[in-house]
Amino acid sequence: MNNVAAKNPLAGNVVSGENMTDDLAASASIAGQSVRHESAHLHVSGRATYTDDIALPPNTLHAAFGISRIAHGHITSLDLTAVLAAPGVIAVATSADIPGENNYGGIVHDDPIFTDTLVQYVGQPIFAVAAETCMAARKAAAQARISYAELPPVLDIRSALAAQNYVMPSRHLLRGDPDAAMANAPHRLRGTVTMGGQDHFYLEGQIAIAIPQEDGAMLIHSSTQHPTEVQNIVAHVLHRPAHAITVLCRRMGGGFGGKESQPALIAAAAAVLANKSGRPVKLRLDRDADMLITGKRHDFLADYEVGFDADGRLCALKLMLASRCGYSADLSGPIADRAVCHVDNAYFLEHVDITTHLCKTNTVSNTAFRGFGGPQGMLIIERILDDIARFRGLDPLAVRRRNYYGIHERNTTHYGHVIEDNILDTITDQLVASSDYRARRDALVEWNAQNAIIKRGIALTPIKFGISFNATIFNQAGALVHIYTDGTVLLNHGGTEMGQGLYTKVAQVVATEFGLPLSAIRTSATDTSKVPNTSATAASSGADLNGKAAQAAAQTLRDRLVAHACQKHDLRPEQIRFADGHVQLGPQHRVSFKELAASAYAARVSLSSTGFYATPKIHWDRSRFNGRPFFYFTYGAAVSEVAIDTLTGETQLLRVDILQDVGISLNPAIDLGQIEGAYLQGVGWLTSEELYWNGKGELKTHAPSTYKIPSVRDWPLHANIRLLEQEPNREDTIYRSKAVGEPPLMLCISAFLAIRDAVAACGSVGALPDLDAPATPEAVLRAIDSVRGEAHDGARV
Amino acid sequence: MQDTPIDSARTSSVPFVADDDTSLPLRINGKPFFHGGDPSMPLLWFLRDTLRLTGTKFGCGIGACGACTVLVDGKAQRSCLTPISAATGHDIVTIEGLATGDALHPVQRAWIEADVAQCGYCQAGQIMAAVDLLKRTPKPNDADISRITNLCRCGTYPRSRQAIKRAAELMHGATK
Repeated sequence: MNNVAAKNPLAGNVVSGENMTDDLAASASIAGQSVRHESAHLHVSGRATYTDDIALPPNTLHAAFGISRIAHGHITSLDLTAVLAAPGVIAVATSADIPGENNYGGIVHDDPIFTDTLVQYVGQPIFAVAAETCMAARKAAAQARISYAELPPVLDIRSALAAQNYVMPSRHLLRGDPDAAMANAPHRLRGTVTMGGQDHFYLEGQIAIAIPQEDGAMLIHSSTQHPTEVQNIVAHVLHRPAHAITVLCRRMGGGFGGKESQPALIAAAAAVLANKSGRPVKLRLDRDADMLITGKRHDFLADYEVGFDADGRLCALKLMLASRCGYSADLSGPIADRAVCHVDNAYFLEHVDITTHLCKTNTVSNTAFRGFGGPQGMLIIERILDDIARFRGLDPLAVRRRNYYGIHERNTTHYGHVIEDNILDTITDQLVASSDYRARRDALVEWNAQNAIIKRGIALTPIKFGISFNATIFNQAGALVHIYTDGTVLLNHGGTEMGQGLYTKVAQVVATEFGLPLSAIRTSATDTSKVPNTSATAASSGADLNGKAAQAAAQTLRDRLVAHACQKHDLRPEQIRFADGHVQLGPQHRVSFKELAASAYAARVSLSSTGFYATPKIHWDRSRFNGRPFFYFTYGAAVSEVAIDTLTGETQLLRVDILQDVGISLNPAIDLGQIEGAYLQGVGWLTSEELYWNGKGELKTHAPSTYKIPSVRDWPLHANIRLLEQEPNREDTIYRSKAVGEPPLMLCISAFLAIRDAVAACGSVGALPDLDAPATPEAVLRAIDSVRGEAHDGARV
Repeated sequence: MQDTPIDSARTSSVPFVADDDTSLPLRINGKPFFHGGDPSMPLLWFLRDTLRLTGTKFGCGIGACGACTVLVDGKAQRSCLTPISAATGHDIVTIEGLATGDALHPVQRAWIEADVAQCGYCQAGQIMAAVDLLKRTPKPNDADISRITNLCRCGTYPRSRQAIKRAAELMHGATK
């Protein structure tokens, strides 16, 4: 691996070491530099090994699922004779072949590996077949004869609400006196915000390989963000102890949350077939199968009533938040909770009443997706503030700023968390200036007055995103570090690499602690037999948790090396310094790291250590919706400018300006990449990515031919993406950095509201465009009609 | 996946030998191979499963995402939709064949310089598409680059744009 700090190609965006904390700057640390992704040389040469690339044992079988073709009903007969008789077929597995529990649901046990009686969505696995080739397995799976007694499906949120069809109990948050505050508010609006879901469309689909080992053990290669959960579920499914199951993942070809809970289904099915056949089994879903079978981002619907004063300041908010969970709970409970905890976004909600309903529908079970309910919650409040500004004829940014959290007052969230690190004003001030927001907004008014066909819109939206898993238990991590006698270091931790650069960042931490070049550090595949009981690499927390755990392991080893050197050379610990691959031993001696490692080995000092980290300060009372669930908040803001064609409904992103808080960046090049990618992924969610189910509950957008994720032409040609400087994390995170994986996705809300701004320019002042997400050309045309017809979503109360 | 994967050490150096008259000859990364199975089998499977050239990826199977892009006579083509019969007699280059010995292709070098890859899965296809573009359009502008249809879910597009422009400089000997 090349350990030379890569010059960031995005000129002007480089944040180098000058704003590092003092102790780090002194050691010219590798942390904080834009070093290349540890696999960059492998990525560009086709030598990076993904699960699908692993060389298989010669007797490996290939598997395929047999799935339901109806949305809801009972299986009356299942005839697999023709499947078994098909060429190349070695084994077929149904629920009857599961030795343990037929479930992969992590929270509520309502997710069967193979359903055997009740079918709950089109695409639900009923059996799986293993054959000599992948094609033989897929052809055989299509030979099943399945009869159903069909039941009427519940497909959308409104139907589920009417039937009170829920996967988990509804929840309620109340603060202040929203009834009285609403009644006393000078103005009130009611409306509905709806938004679609999103398929992860990781380019590498779901995949697992199960390889039987001696004495009942099983080795699983899984493309997963959560190896420990795959291990535990395979153990339960096979009715084996956890120590018999080992799960490995070197890298994923994208995860985005879609490989948090879903890989357990794939791995468990492969393991059941491997268990039955006694042979290795590889299960790689085809793209269509992946999109039909596995969960997506939740679509949400929110009915709101908001009270506000003449200046647009919020007085009271009442919300009914409903999410489409699909047929089972999966992670829908925590996702709805995070939505509730982000409905405030950057704004103080004094009197608030929120009810959540987790709607059960006969569709695929929705799951984690980058932001985890946060984007949905934040879009709702941003839409409401947009309504208020339009209704009052005020500048939307002025209304937003009027409602920002305060520093010393108006600083407690609706769930009781006192915000101690508010930098919203700093970010907004800088971005307003650097983006030339005001002059451009004035210019747009001029443009729209002169152009009837192409209308333009602009919006600035902030983000405040809570960092930590809401559930305190998951905020822990482990690492394992070995030093070999040649002075090289092998690092392992519980975090997984999905492209976010986690392995690079954690290796930077270890290199910094030892004063070694990055070439001396190698990170081995995430492995449940090396670091146990890990949390999912999720909630943006990978570097925070695993970086600290690896630092702890490295510091333990460094302390041992120091103690050894002190004894050998009669020195005090403060006389020893690690830098540049060497160790300074007092004023006289300097040895290489390798020499010190070899010397310690000879003196019988252990050169291997674990490290552990548990996030401090956090607590959360889920039943009362109260506590300090987040260690800190990450902030940011974006200005997006769009043009819409009022004849075709097409939209074009003209320019984006982003200012994102990452604390003291561990790696500016990686962080900027995360910001660019997250923003565009969010823009896809709110513009082009439309999931469409027909009346029978069949997903009709199950391939890239019909489901449109952003392509290179969607990236705006004018983009100014910057990291906020001089703002170290106020909490003691790893080198004062901040999490970056999810927060910038929500900057995409600025693009959606810019489209809404352009639509509004088609109607009279005060019109509230009835624009739902995603803002496809059809949705934009409908919204234009709505403002021209003066119909609108928000009913004046 | 009609062909059983075979020992990779053998395929990496020793070309296949035609076992009968119906075998289809293929030239991949400058070496001759023969395919004796189904002529309609996608080229992608032959590359990945038979030759174990796994740098070319399966993404969607319908030629839309571009993860399987290879060069056929220098032109970017989706190998998941290319039957072996259509590849016969043509010069095929995969990501593994782009470098000359240890010297990376300028596009690969530009890709590393610009920190393009995140998860990396689509990148081989992106690079092959870029090589094709630069061959046809030595100095591509943004509109030219916008015609690349390869998908990247990580959203590395601003950097692939940057890398393509940088590669154009490298290929013309400019040092910047």
